[in-house]
Amino acid sequence: MTTLTELRAKFISGEYTPLQAVQTALDTIKEKNGEINAFLATYEDAIAEAETATKTYAEGAEVPKLLGMPIAVKNNILVKGKKATGASKILEDYTAVYDATIVQRLKAAGAIIVGATNMDEFAMGGSTENSAFGPTKNPLDTDRVPGGSSGGSAAAVAMGAVPASIGTDTGGSVRQPAAFCGLVGFKPTYGAVSRYGLMAMGSSLDQAGPLTNSVADAELLHEVMAGVDEMDATTIDVDTYPEVAVKDTYTFGVPRDFLKEGVDADVIEAFEKHIEELKSAGHEVVDIELPVFEKGLAAYYIVMPAEVSSNLARYDGIRYGFSAEGDNLLDVYEKSRAQGFGPEVKRRILLGTHVLSSGYYDAYYGKAQLVRKKMRAELDENFKKVDVILTPTTPTPAFKLGEQENPLAMYSQDIFTVPVNLTGVPALTFPMGTVKRDDKMLPIGVQYIAPHGGDARLFSVGKKIYDERL
Amino acid sequence: MNKDDISHLASLARIRLEENELEQFAGELPAIVEYVSAVNSMTDDTDVEPNPGVRPNVFRADEVTNQPEQFSADIIAEMPHADGRFLAVKKILHTED
Repeated sequence: MTTLTELRAKFISGEYTPLQAVQTALDTIKEKNGEINAFLATYEDAIAEAETATKTYAEGAEVPKLLGMPIAVKNNILVKGKKATGASKILEDYTAVYDATIVQRLKAAGAIIVGATNMDEFAMGGSTENSAFGPTKNPLDTDRVPGGSSGGSAAAVAMGAVPASIGTDTGGSVRQPAAFCGLVGFKPTYGAVSRYGLMAMGSSLDQAGPLTNSVADAELLHEVMAGVDEMDATTIDVDTYPEVAVKDTYTFGVPRDFLKEGVDADVIEAFEKHIEELKSAGHEVVDIELPVFEKGLAAYYIVMPAEVSSNLARYDGIRYGFSAEGDNLLDVYEKSRAQGFGPEVKRRILLGTHVLSSGYYDAYYGKAQLVRKKMRAELDENFKKVDVILTPTTPTPAFKLGEQENPLAMYSQDIFTVPVNLTGVPALTFPMGTVKRDDKMLPIGVQYIAPHGGDARLFSVGKKIYDERL
Repeated sequence: MNKDDISHLASLARIRLEENELEQFAGELPAIVEYVSAVNSMTDDTDVEPNPGVRPNVFRADEVTNQPEQFSADIIAEMPHADGRFLAVKKILHTED
């Protein structure tokens, strides 16, 4: 397990070079990807970039923050000149014509993108089993899923190929795979990071975030990617929200009722132990109630599919991507989308079309938007009393491939993560322990939720609680 | 929600579903729709206006920021059917020959 911080120290001292790091990354992928399937593509031009970075370090000049660091990027994020498939057949041969803003910023900071990672098709799923290019396996137990939808990005780090990767999080798609693979994962305040060049899924929910081995690394990558972007009108600046103070000790709120059902007993046990650790470190932990927030999943499965059905209308077989032969224009649309999309994508488009259709809009989408507002008000009220809200990241550890066949059961995996996206607050996950399944120890994560604009608070407390243990 | 409803939604969404898919989704979607209907009991009449978002209006100068031809060749290369610099599509109207 390597952190970016350690790599940087070694690159500066000359003990290890970017060329060695990138070569090791590509070799590890070659050796392990056949089994894990974390990567959909690797980039050989990374070697030339690594040679240049190695020379720059040898010259001893000031170097940008991420110079020579091998990074993997989820394949719904555009990297100019590289295939951007979204793990969908409909974009199997699509080459990105520009860099996403976050990719531009990572490159400008010297990061070397070594490959594109697997995912649930168009980021729809919680297991990476919905990829058109085969499932990704969890490197910690290959009978199990790595989580999703950023399962390839999580597995890429957990298999030791790269020290860090980038994913996207619409309802938990960075945090849940990070938890399943024993990593740190971060979902920024909505608007903190530009969505320009990300394949839109739920535009009011999507944020890109890092998957790393330490909280400090997540902070480093987030700081490089974050900031106002004129290409994304929803990006926020530092003054958008009132300042969220960084302190030495905090009051944590635990929504007790939220933990009553559907959470594995040993996950609760580890969570209670974590609370005790917080108390002995001088923090205060109090019980809170979030009756609307904890029912967010219902609103999520209206808002998200509604936005999905609108956003995915662009994949029509006409301007780019897969195009089926048809007799007329409508025929081309219907056949291209029928053959290009997988079952989960179709399911969500149909659901979204239903909740947006005339006569149903007010009862579903309209209501769901009101629920979001209510959830937000409830959070604001609670953040007057507590600094950070605490939940397990997932109700269970990684499940087995093929185990979750019922879509609704699969959706309930995200019960702790989706309310965060619906309200737009930031959340950090890191490992809080392990639980035993079939004689294997599997990691589970704890989720820290801060008020809007409180990203720095999460990094500061996360570094203290998690990194100092490493 | 029956197979006909699914078929109608599929045609609105421009996806041609096979018979087995219609059956599958007609079996799955009602439970999901029922689940999400919970939102109706989560608000009351006092909740009227949704949240406007934190940056409702964002403007920039009205000027061209791209260079001419900056992306053209790459974009045309991605078109499934191109005719020179034009995108070729199938006819839209049915005509009697």
